[in-house]
Parts: sequence; C-alpha cells; structure tokens
Amino acid sequence: MVEARESNAVLEMKESTGSLLSVQDLRVWFELRQFGFGHAGYVHAVDGVSFELAHGEAIAVVGESGCGKSSLMKAILALYKPTKGDIVFDDKKFSEFDTTIMRWFRSQVGFVQQDPYGALAPFMNVRRILEEPLIVGGIKDKLERERRVRKVMDEVKLHPVEDYWDKFPHMLSGGQQQRVVIARAMIMEPKLLVADEPVSMLDASVRVEILKLLRGLQQEHHLTVIYITHDLATVSYFSERIFVMYAGMIVEKASVDNLLQNPKHPYTYALLQGTSDPDANNALSFKEVPPGEPPSLITPPTGCRFHPRCPKIITGLCEFQEPPEFEPDKGHYVSCWLYK
Amino acid sequence: MTDEKALLHIEKLVLYFNTRSGPVQAVDGVDFSLDTNKAVVIVGESGCGKSSLAKAILRLLPRNAGTYSGKIFLEGQDVMLLDDEEYRQNIRWAAISMVPQAAMNALNPVIRVGEQVAEPAIVHLGVNKTDALSLVKKMFQHVGVPEGFISRYPFELSGGMRQRVAIAMALVTSPNLIILDEPTSALDVLTQANIFNVLKRIKKELGTSYILITHDIATSSELADDVAVMYAGQIVERGDAFRFFAQPLHPYSSALMASVPTLRGKKMLDFIIGQPPSLINPPTGCRFAPRCPSRFEKCDQDPPVIEKEDRKVRCWLYA
Amino acid sequence: MTVLKRNLRELIRYPSAIIGIVIILLLLFVAVYALVTIPYSEAVGKWAGGEAVWYQNPKYAAPAWYNWFTSKKQPVSFLVKTADGSMKKTVTPSDQDISTMDIEYSFDYQYDSPPQELTTYIYATFADKFPFTSISWVTPDNRTIRIADYQTDHKLVVRFSQEPKLQKRLKTDQVMAALFQDPKSKEPKILKGTYRLVMTSTTFEKNSDVNVELVLHGDLFGWAGTDLYRRDLLLPLLYGTPIALAFGLFAALGTSLLTMIIAAVGTWYAGWVDELIQRITEINLVLPFLAILIMVGTFYSRSIWLMLGLTIILSIFSGTIKSYRAIFMQSKESSYIEAARAYGAKNSRIIFSYLIPRMVPLLIPALVSSVPSYVFLEASLAVLGLGDPVLPTWGKIIESAESDGALYRGLYYWVLEPAVLLMITGLGFAMLGFALDRIFNPRLRDI
Repeated sequence: MVEARESNAVLEMKESTGSLLSVQDLRVWFELRQFGFGHAGYVHAVDGVSFELAHGEAIAVVGESGCGKSSLMKAILALYKPTKGDIVFDDKKFSEFDTTIMRWFRSQVGFVQQDPYGALAPFMNVRRILEEPLIVGGIKDKLERERRVRKVMDEVKLHPVEDYWDKFPHMLSGGQQQRVVIARAMIMEPKLLVADEPVSMLDASVRVEILKLLRGLQQEHHLTVIYITHDLATVSYFSERIFVMYAGMIVEKASVDNLLQNPKHPYTYALLQGTSDPDANNALSFKEVPPGEPPSLITPPTGCRFHPRCPKIITGLCEFQEPPEFEPDKGHYVSCWLYK
Repeated sequence: MTDEKALLHIEKLVLYFNTRSGPVQAVDGVDFSLDTNKAVVIVGESGCGKSSLAKAILRLLPRNAGTYSGKIFLEGQDVMLLDDEEYRQNIRWAAISMVPQAAMNALNPVIRVGEQVAEPAIVHLGVNKTDALSLVKKMFQHVGVPEGFISRYPFELSGGMRQRVAIAMALVTSPNLIILDEPTSALDVLTQANIFNVLKRIKKELGTSYILITHDIATSSELADDVAVMYAGQIVERGDAFRFFAQPLHPYSSALMASVPTLRGKKMLDFIIGQPPSLINPPTGCRFAPRCPSRFEKCDQDPPVIEKEDRKVRCWLYA
Repeated sequence: MTVLKRNLRELIRYPSAIIGIVIILLLLFVAVYALVTIPYSEAVGKWAGGEAVWYQNPKYAAPAWYNWFTSKKQPVSFLVKTADGSMKKTVTPSDQDISTMDIEYSFDYQYDSPPQELTTYIYATFADKFPFTSISWVTPDNRTIRIADYQTDHKLVVRFSQEPKLQKRLKTDQVMAALFQDPKSKEPKILKGTYRLVMTSTTFEKNSDVNVELVLHGDLFGWAGTDLYRRDLLLPLLYGTPIALAFGLFAALGTSLLTMIIAAVGTWYAGWVDELIQRITEINLVLPFLAILIMVGTFYSRSIWLMLGLTIILSIFSGTIKSYRAIFMQSKESSYIEAARAYGAKNSRIIFSYLIPRMVPLLIPALVSSVPSYVFLEASLAVLGLGDPVLPTWGKIIESAESDGALYRGLYYWVLEPAVLLMITGLGFAMLGFALDRIFNPRLRDI
C-alpha cells in the first residue's frame, strides 16, 4: 500500500459513515467559450447528482449518450473539478484535498476504459504499461514492482506472465488488451474501480469473459465498482444496484431486480422496452419509443427534463417544477411526480 | 426458398483479397437465397467476412481484390455476368443499395443532406433536380426526418438523424433490396429502437427486402425473417428466425446465443474459448472444430451442408 | 531493437531508400576519413594558404582526370623531392671533404602540350663554402640541354622559363615549348618520350648537403584541381564534408527536437503558455530569416557555431509547431493519456514519456528531409561571404570561384565540384527522407 500522511484537518473531521463514496449534489458545468472573452453559457453535463456507495458494492450507471454519465465518472476520478457540490471518498472531501491526499486518492481508484487499444500506449510493452502507475505512485524498488506486475497479470489470467509482458498492445487481441487495462487499474490495489463501458468495443463472445473476470475480481477483493454502460442487458450480470441517468441527473435508483421487474420512471420503462432480447417475436411488432431526442444540456427544459417526451406527463406540473426524489418502495428512489 | 421465388440467389460466392502475407479468404463459397419482402440477418463476429460479403454482392471491390467468382441471381438473372459499367448503372443503387457501416459518418460534410440524398436519384433514375428533391421529401417522411432538414448540413444533425438520412439515401431509388451493414452499432438504445421501427415500417409499406449484417444477435431479432450465421468466411447455419432463436443447430450458433446477456430471464452466460481462425490460411476440416465442445473425429473433414427440415447447417453432428 | 530491425527491413524494400542510405554512408565515410587524416589545425592552416604552403601547385589547374575525356592530353603537375626519395640522389665522396651529388629524375612525357613551368628548389646546408650545382636536361632523342649553373645558396629557386641564359641558349623566351619541342617537325609538336633531369652538385664541406625539389606545373593537378591561391581543392572538398554533414544534422536534430518539445508543452498546458508560444511563432514566421543571419554575420561574428545556434533558434518557432500542435491536441485526448492522469502521472511525465514518444515516428522523416536545407544554408551563407572565416567548406569554394569569375574563365571544375557534392548530399537525404515518410506515415493515421 502506498503510504500517505493524512492532513490533520481531515483527521479531525473524520466520522465513519460506512460509505466509501458519497456524492453530494454534484454539478459539473463546462463553459462554452465564445469568440473573444465572453462565454455563451454552460453545458450542464452533471446537474445535481447525489448518492452513496457502500464498501464492496457494485452499481451500474445507465443512460444514453449525452446524459452526463461520462462527466460524472470523470468528476469522481478527480479529472474534472466539480462546479458545485462535493464528493467524499473514505470520509475525505475532494474540496479539501491537498497534493498528498490527492496522490493517495489516485492509488485508491482504478479506471477501466472503453477502448482497450486507445487506453494503452502503443510504444510501451505490457510490463512497462503496468509499471507506470507503480512508478508514479512512488514504488522505487524494482523487485517489488515486478512482484506486483506478476501478481496482477496472474489475476487477470494473462499467464504465463513471461509470454505476455514483452508484448506490445498491437500484438494482443481485444480481450487481452482489455485485461491489461484492468490489470493496470488494479495494480495499486484500489478500493474503488470505475469501469466505463468496459466491454462495448469487444466482440460478443469476449464480452462475457471480461465481464465474468471483472465480477470475479470485484467479489474476491471486495471492491466497490461503478459500472457505466448503455447496455441494460448486462447489468443484471454485474451489479446490485442501478442508477438511471437522463440529461445530467439521476432519475431512478433501485436494486437490479426491482428496477428490471418494476421500473417506475417512464424513461426507465422506455429504456427497458427499447432493449431487445434475441426473440423472433420482436420482428412482428413495433417498439414504443418516446418521441424526440435527449435535450440540449446547454438550455435544458424547465421542470422535469423528460417532460417533452414523457407519455405520462402531468400537465401543469411536470413542465414547471423539477421533481424531488421520492421513495415509493424501500430502497427504490424515483425523481418523478407520478410518485408524489 | 426455391430459385424461382427468390429475389436474390447466391451460389458459391468467393472473394479473396491479396495481401502481403497471402490471400485473405474473406468469402469462401457462400450460398444463400432471399425471397421478396423478407429480411435475412447475417450474424457473425468481427473478422468472419460478413462485411466482405456485402461488398461482394454489390461488387464494391477494393484494389487488392483477388479471386472473385460465383453466381449472383437477381430475380433469375445472373448479374455476375454483367460488366462493371452495366453493374454500376443497373444494379448498384438501382436494384440493390447499401447502408454502409458508420453510415452517419460517411455523409459528405460539405454538401447539404437533401442534395446528397437526391444524388442517387438524379444519377440512376435520370430525374431532374426538382423531381429528385420531391422524392427526397417523400423518403424523409418514410424514415421520419423532418422536411426542413433537407437544407441542413450533416454536422447539424444528431447521430440517429444522420443514420436515417443514410437509409433515405439507400431508399431513394426504390431498390428491391437494401443491404445494411451494422446500421445501429454506434447508436443509443432508443435511437436504435427508432431505426428498427423505421426499417420495419418501410418493409411493410414499400415491400423492400433486407440483408442485415450485424454482430448484435439481440437486435437482429427485431427484423429477421431468416437468420444466417457466418464463421470464418462460410455460412455455417441458415434457417428461419423462429426456430433459430428457439433452438440453434450449429455449436457455434449455440455458443453465440449463450454469450448474449438477456434482459429478461436470467440465464447462465458462457463464453467461447480461443479465437476465430485467420482467413489467410483457414484450417482444413471444419473451421470451428478447434473451439467446438461437441467435436469428434469426423470434424477433421470439411462438413457438407446438411438440410434438416428446411434449415441448413454445416456440421457433421447432423449427418 | 526488433522494432528497428522490422523498420529497416521495410525500408529496404524501397530502392530510393537504398540509394539514399548508400549516399549517406559514403558521405559519412568521407567525413570520417577527412577528420582522421587531416587534423583540424592542419586543415585550417593549409586553407589559410600562402605561397609557402602551396607553391608547388599551379594556379587554376583543372583536375588530372580531365585527360580521360580529352583527346589532346594536357600535362599533369607533379612534385618530386630528394628528401622523400622520389628523386634519386647518389652521393659520391671525393677527397678533402669534397662530395659530388648526382641527382636524377626521369619521367615519361606523353602529353600534347608543354607544361606551364618547371622549377627546381634547391636547399643547401653548409657553413661557409657554397656548393655548386649544375642542371641539365636530357630529351628522349638524347639531346642534352644545359639549363643552369649556380652557386647554391641555402635556398635556390630555378625557374626554367625565367632563366635568361637558357632563353639565350634556346633562342626563344618560350622555354617550356622549346624544351619539349620535337626538333624535326616544322609545326609545334611535342616530342613524347622519357625526359631526364640531371643535376650535379658539388659540396665542399664535410656536412654540407643538398636537397632538391622538382616541380612541374602542368595544366592539370591532382584529384580536384586548384584555385587562384594554388590551393588543392581536394582539401576543402574532403574537409567540407564533415562540416556540411555536422551543420546539417545538428541543425535538423536540434530544431526538430526542440520544436516538438515546445509544441508538446504548449499544447499540454494550454492557457497562456499555448497563447504565448503561438504568438511567438506567428511573429517569427514573418521575420526574414536569411536577412537576420546576414546582419549578425556582418556586424558581429561569422563563427559557424554562432550561425548554427541562430539557425536553430530561428527555425524552432516555425510553421511546423502549428502542425505538431494540431496532432498533439488530438493525442492529448487519447484514452491512455486520460488513464495516466487518472493514476496521477505528473505533467512533465505525461509530456515526455507519453505524448512525445508517440510523435517520434512523425519526427524522423521530417528530420531527415530537412537536413539538405540546412546544408544548403551553410553553403549559401558562405557564398554570401558570411561563411566561417577559417574553415574550409564547400560554400567557401563556390564563394572564391564566384568572386574570381571562375565561370567566365571557363574553370568549370571549380564551381561544379562543390555544387555536385551539395547536390548529392541533398539527394541522399531527400531520398531517404521520402522513403521513411512512406513507411512511417500510414501508422500515423491512428493518432
């Protein structure tokens, strides 16, 4: 484990809350630069997201492109600075991070990316790729680094290790490349793993392999995992809870079974309807799809952001007021006026 | 699926590419037929040769194309016998058109979408520009693109809209058959559902036939009347959709179905070990044998195509 | 290493690459040879010239191999001396400390015109008593012509065509023509055959010695000819090779590397750093490059190192920065850079270990292709009179040729020799650069 000195101020504020990650009304806005010095408004990529993650929990964040899930993920990874709101990791607030804590934080979070080939530097061999986080993290002992590289390559089942660690990324298959990406994310023995569409660029038969690998690692190391995807069909194989995002906000949170069997938000319902299973009956009927498209994040709709497309809109209410979070069933949260 | 009824009937289609490492046998003796107003889905993973099959049917051959042979019967006439210029004028985009992979990125960024969609009509149907544009408006209606978008540029449209424009472009000459190569792979769930709705409606209203090429088995069921599974340049199974999705015959098809996560109904996921063979030197015998769980001695020989209750499968298990 | 081998194997598929590599290797070989055989001080000293250094060469002599292309053969200069044994000397001591030295040199003369001059340099060592030397000339048809008799001083120079007694004896002041004339023919025709120069020196002291150098000034000389200062052009041609290559390579390397680093730093940090670099570049693009070099050379110093440094500085902020910047901006968004930020890599590490190595394939062909322009730059500066004051370079040859009106005089070799070398250098690097470009470029499409 990388050693870090926790600053005194933070030690004083430590109250154990039991959750590893706590996101509090997070907003991430990007300035639109206008020609010159003004700005033409903000892109409200993440606009008020709050949730808590317990240690060892695996959640899926689901949504279509442009819903803000990537920006949310990058804010959690401390790659974007929150515009408003805060993130608390292991009882330490992001807003109070100094460089030492930031360095410690980076060793606690692993990042698995979508594009396995792009995520690996093409001019470095596997060994060097895996050693980089260790070197950056301050592990100077060469033998120790080698030991860790071996261990992690073993865990992602890239063995015999010697066969792989001299290879360059283009010599590996897509699945093998993704294993290297996962190995790199795991090598600092993190507590939290963020996986952004980790299998969407892989072949169908390889996806299952990688998903099983990730699930196995998660269970073995009691990792907290945030799994971001647009493929609803995979979530039941991977996570316990699902968050559904739309236009920068989370519209529904529930356990996997509850959400799949009893979706409450109209958007969630539409997503589930839109996802196909291999069933020949599909060809016989049309799907119900909400009209229109996801809204612009620069000037999002007033009130509930889904209201222009919602089949169950309550006129007079949904257009003007943003719904708060309701809890119609235990552990099942919805931001929709239908459940007032 | 007899020859007479078939809109398209392909026999022993072969397409090899020349590369520095040797000939890539991308399409290695493919046979299949397609009736009018029906959709066949060609399912396979990357590198199985399905995109090359589309190119072979449309004769869109790259510079390093080597062997190209076989018979392509379109409404009874063998179009392989036509020369390239006749093919371009009468077949390509007149009888068969295509929505290529990542079509939304294949739109010319400096020409307005209306003009782009009108172009095939002007070239193949010989209509003047005004008539072509009214055709475009009709097509936009079919695919669900607002009329006002005719004067827009591609970058002003979302991904889903652009894909619909690409479909309109394939439709504008009223072809009998459209080949779609991964039409929705880069699109979101709801947009994908929309596009399939469009395709289904067009099939109903205009009587078009489809060849849908994809690796996504789940969404392929939205359109499929028949399913063909491709592996290592060959079609290993062919049959109607209902029986295929209920019970696939070929071990590769079963393995593929088993590796698809389903939303409804929890099932055990399984994956296939190993990798597809290289198309440069395909192995002798059954090409799936090295990875097949049901392999036995006979598999060292190339299996023939066996017909079982109107379904075709290339596997010794059914001999 | 395997990457290198793989690239090399691909490179060899292109004939242009092979030609380029061969040319460059030849040039390198010549450069190393020149540096090894001619020490720096000797090169500079010899190039500074002076009568004492180059006296044995004719002026404006074309290279000896001109005779291969002409039907009328012109005489080639040579120099022989007793001191190194190329001229035979036999010492016959007599009684009373008197010694007779017989010095002889015979040579075959097959040329169609007489030489410009025949000179003997006689060096005598003695204390009081002057040795006495007499010089004779023996023609192939065995006529002996007495050239001169002298009391020999420490250094005695006998120029045959200026000997008054010889002129009288031959009844003409065209001594050279007369010495080599065929007496039997009515029109001027050279008698070809073996001529002999015979010298007899008598010394009157015990330790007195006489050494002789015989110089024949023909119309041709050596491998490269001579210039107006009688300097053998082979020296600057040889020695100019390492200078040209060094200037070209250093300038190309320095500029390319620094351009890339600055582009990377600017793109990564963005903000005011990027803006500053872009503005400096834009201003620099407008500045007149050659004019600045000329100014500095005229008013300050013409040292080649200064010129090299200035060239690099002015070349870094060029349009290439903008094209590198465009590529870096794309690379910046790559997934692996994002991953590096996520595991906490420092900015300097990202720039130097992750971004720049990605660009090296882009750098190599550009670097190789830019070497010729720097080699030509150095030559151009020399032609303009701003070359390094002491070093013998190709540009210097052209400069002296130009100021002496070589082309008007028909002394084509003087201009063509350095020009051809410059062209070959340019060709070699350009061909290799193009071939490299073809190899590395396809891979750049997935940046």
